[in-house]
Amino acid sequence: MSTTSDYPSPPHFRKPLLETPFHARARELSQIDQFVPWAGYSTVDVFTTMEQEYFAIRNAATLYDLTPMVKYRVTGADAERYLNRLVTRDMRKLRAGRVSYVVWCNDDGHIIDDGTVFRFSDTDFRICTAERQLDWFLDSAIGFDVRVEEITSQVAALSVQGPTSCYVLKKFGLAGVEQLKPFEFREFDASGRTLMVSRTGFTGDLGYEVWMRPEHALAIWDELMLAGRTRGIRAIGSQALNLARIEAGFLMPNVDFISAEHTIRMHRERTPLELGLGWLVDLDKPHFNGRRALVRQKAAGLQRMLVGLDIAGNKPAHNALLYASPKDEKECGFVTSAMWSPTCKRNIALAILDAPHFEMGRRVHADIYLHRELVWERRMVTATVVERPFFAPDRRRLTPPADR
Amino acid sequence: MTTHSWDAIVIGAGHNGLVCAQRLAAAGQRVLVVEAADSVGGFAAPREFAPGFKTTVAAQWVHQFSDGLARELELERHGLTWAKRNVATTVVSPERCVTDASGAVTGVSTADASAWASLSTRLARFGKFMSALHHTSPPRLGTTRFEDTWSLLKLGLRLRLLGRREMREFLRIAGMNVYDLATDEIVDPLLQALLAMDATLGSNFGPRAPGTVLTLLSRRANESTTQGGYSLPVGGPAALAAALAKAAEAAGVTVRMGTPVAGIAVENDRVAGVDLANGERLIAPRVVSSVDPRQTFLSLLGTQHLDTGFVRRVDHFRQRGITAKLHLALDGLPTFTHLNPEQLGHRLLVASSLDQIELAFNASKYGEVSSRPVLEISIPTIHDPSLAPTGRHVLTAVVNYCAYDTQSDLSSARADLLRNTLAVLETVAPGVGRQIVASELLLPKDLEHVCRISGGHWHHGDLAFDQYLMVRPFPGAAQYDSPLDGLHLCGAGSHPGGGLTGLPGRLAAERILRKRA
Repeated sequence: MSTTSDYPSPPHFRKPLLETPFHARARELSQIDQFVPWAGYSTVDVFTTMEQEYFAIRNAATLYDLTPMVKYRVTGADAERYLNRLVTRDMRKLRAGRVSYVVWCNDDGHIIDDGTVFRFSDTDFRICTAERQLDWFLDSAIGFDVRVEEITSQVAALSVQGPTSCYVLKKFGLAGVEQLKPFEFREFDASGRTLMVSRTGFTGDLGYEVWMRPEHALAIWDELMLAGRTRGIRAIGSQALNLARIEAGFLMPNVDFISAEHTIRMHRERTPLELGLGWLVDLDKPHFNGRRALVRQKAAGLQRMLVGLDIAGNKPAHNALLYASPKDEKECGFVTSAMWSPTCKRNIALAILDAPHFEMGRRVHADIYLHRELVWERRMVTATVVERPFFAPDRRRLTPPADR
Repeated sequence: MTTHSWDAIVIGAGHNGLVCAQRLAAAGQRVLVVEAADSVGGFAAPREFAPGFKTTVAAQWVHQFSDGLARELELERHGLTWAKRNVATTVVSPERCVTDASGAVTGVSTADASAWASLSTRLARFGKFMSALHHTSPPRLGTTRFEDTWSLLKLGLRLRLLGRREMREFLRIAGMNVYDLATDEIVDPLLQALLAMDATLGSNFGPRAPGTVLTLLSRRANESTTQGGYSLPVGGPAALAAALAKAAEAAGVTVRMGTPVAGIAVENDRVAGVDLANGERLIAPRVVSSVDPRQTFLSLLGTQHLDTGFVRRVDHFRQRGITAKLHLALDGLPTFTHLNPEQLGHRLLVASSLDQIELAFNASKYGEVSSRPVLEISIPTIHDPSLAPTGRHVLTAVVNYCAYDTQSDLSSARADLLRNTLAVLETVAPGVGRQIVASELLLPKDLEHVCRISGGHWHHGDLAFDQYLMVRPFPGAAQYDSPLDGLHLCGAGSHPGGGLTGLPGRLAAERILRKRA
């Protein structure tokens, strides 16, 4: 068990945020100078307008700088056994060249974070996560022959998403990329530069993630923009991506759940079962972190659960409290993410509901506050528990994908 | 229905393992004890360190084993006889000596003698209060179980029953360090050193370490349960382990010697038995480990069966020994400048002052051995000549301090500490060096190897506030349980901790039997 830090020198205290290898292009294309920090990097929140960027995800192709995603390389004879003990899914079933969406829990079965695991070989894996996890990953390595190493700054990454994304990558020069199935990845040669492409993303749409050496970053950005010019390619920021991920029903850490490592108050932690991620939890595989607690929770039944809501009207139910009956004093849940979905033409939300209100088809009431020119108005509207994802086009799975 | 040959397998025939096995068998369970060594006892195993010269690996005295438990186990019927009971303690320096016989001290000013008497009485009273804690399973916090709430209520009530003044005094000193307590109460540097030695022997502490009054009280607690004081069984402390083994076998326990365990077998997320080093699997629904917690969980069970947060606590458990053990074979009785022949048979402490102990401790913090170690000496052959060839003597000493991880290699650290220890001995017993026929010094790493206790810690882990009572050894493994169904702890790593008490073994057995009921 060992590790190395991959930051050659810490950023200066007067300018504490790091810049990604794509930062120069982000500066050039940003029209409104709206940047936000993400995992220690300066990243774009919105380039032009959120709406324009959102529609590019659903109708054209988009580039999103994924470099701040925290990346760990896990190598060693026990790499598979180590990961299988760390995450709730069965890593023995993950084949080389495939990616798996995973969550990992603490001893109490509470989620610490989610992420993706890439299997290169039996002894070489990569984990990508939203937040830094080295402490937990290293302590989890006690007793395993494994090396955990942060490689965030050694790998630049771009998310290429949208219905024309496959066309863009082919035009860019990645012959055969159309054969990649969802959650597959492989290496490509792009004019002598080695890239890794995975058919993964956070949009629920057709899309890919391109992983490259930082020194190739700017040239590849330029070539992709050029390749996508006739297919409406556009750089997007985090806000547009957030809309797409709500439609796809994906969870955002610190929005839909808080890491168990960060909660202070009682009962603010969430188990995967409570987040509707029971399909990620394999209680039949060998022991993993939190297993005993999850077995107990499953036997005892859930007190609350995260569900999708279809809400009446067209006013997004941001932060709305939910009531079993409009007259109730005490709420039975609350919305964590909400939006009017332009693609689905539905008013959708992700929400935590207490038992028994989280059952499919059940109706509750959302207390929506509207801020209209400094005047607050209130709407109590019905909301129905529905299946997630809200938006799941066939093209996200089609192989080979269409060109447009 | 599956049939098991054994209801429980106890790993390790240390004294706690044997007590636990005996208690389980006495309640009708079929119990097997597996021991890697060829003799029982663990830290209290017999050791012939030179032909004809016998001693016990670590323990020098029996002074914490309660009379009640000895009666329960009928140890005297099983061969335990005493060579000497109520041995006094004498602190000796190159200049003078002080003798303490249960609070009655000679060789100091009358003011110190009376201060010492009242301090001893008070510590004994507090020890008695704490001994009640040592005889029950520690309550769990944050539960709603009546048993736990009742335990806590009883604890509060007993504390209050000390009386308002005494309760306040207890609460005042319980968290203190022994350096402050000793300098507050006593003037004589040798008496101060006596108090500090009792508070620090075996643990990773100097006199100024926080919580050293707690370790002192914990020792007094166990001592309060026996009328015998410092005692020497015929055959040395190893004879206690032998009697425990006989008691266990009489109750129906099978003890297999020379049987190292390779791992704890797990099936369907519960204990299935133990896998022996020879490849054999012994099946049992319960495995009770008297081995230290670190080895039990990290080596024998394996982290793949445990959660990361728990493993973190195992890894952080402070269990590195800094105490060495000296064995000398002498061609005759040594002469100590300031000791009369009777005092020679006492428990001898060689320490001149609090500062000398603190300075000796400092070395261990920096990966070194003490240049002027402090010693607890026993010459058992005075009371039991059978331990050495006729006319010859054995001198053993607990030597403080030696870093667990020495900067220099083990053999030069051993040579350095031996030289330093003999130099200290020479200052109080000139000429003793010329009487040495054979010698052996066991550093913490040697004890780790010989007794198979990771860290070589005399108490399997420091006794400190954060490793005491309901959090000993650590949350998730306190109350003799573990995260894995069927796996229990019964060694000194569990409440109430180290010393030849048998209490962790007895309480573990009670816990297991209660669980079954």
